[in-house]
Amino acid sequence: MSMKVTTRQVDGVTVLDLSGRITLGEGSVTLRDAVRGVLAKGSKNILLNLGDISYIDSSGIGELVSAYTSVKNAGGELKLLNLTKKVHDLLQITKLYTVFDIWDAEASALSAFK
Amino acid sequence: MPDSTTSRVSLTLASSLESVDKVERTTQDFAERAGFDADTVPNIVMAVREAAVNAVLHGNAYDPAKHVTATFETNSDSLVVRIADQGPGFDPTNLPDPLAPENILRGSGRGIFLIRAFMDEVHFRQLHPGSELTLIKHRVPAQPAT
Repeated sequence: MSMKVTTRQVDGVTVLDLSGRITLGEGSVTLRDAVRGVLAKGSKNILLNLGDISYIDSSGIGELVSAYTSVKNAGGELKLLNLTKKVHDLLQITKLYTVFDIWDAEASALSAFK
Repeated sequence: MPDSTTSRVSLTLASSLESVDKVERTTQDFAERAGFDADTVPNIVMAVREAAVNAVLHGNAYDPAKHVTATFETNSDSLVVRIADQGPGFDPTNLPDPLAPENILRGSGRGIFLIRAFMDEVHFRQLHPGSELTLIKHRVPAQPAT
């Protein structure tokens, strides 16, 4: 199953609801294109909802890091929402858990954008 | 009930992402039949998938003239997976540490790290041409020496 992205605008934040797999190939490219598309439209605050991500590989982790860097370099903020246990564990193992701003509740995450 | 009999499958695959998916499915099947628990199976699958991606992407560079060989074996002690490519080979001792502060925001370079994190043993062998990774997960954790 490839990855799907649904985009919402909430309180000035672009929420990307992701579902499926973020792996080398289609999934990673879809995420990259989605984040680039948001930035190209001038939105700089992005909340990635990973609650329906069933699988992520090292390429997908790398794509999350690249998205974080791209948004930060554009002067915006990227936060993560609703990590599954598997994604949570992977970010812990790779020491990225402290790099990303991670939230369990959407309302709290939205409030945390400056 | 885990299957403790020895079984072995060897696949010769094209250098494609479809082959990576095939390796992933086969790993899932072998790991489940070997009796690994629900938390461990996905880790094994991820490690083997990373090895297959490395073989296709970095080893064979998607070259249609080159193949990836994947061998799966379960025995009474372990699940053993060997992934071989026909690429230029690489030096596993000379890889950047993905946890180092200067590398933490890199967009790549975590595959071998995850393989080592999730498997009990990882062995590299230079082939002529290519390289082979052997990934081993023990069915029962080794007891510390007394």
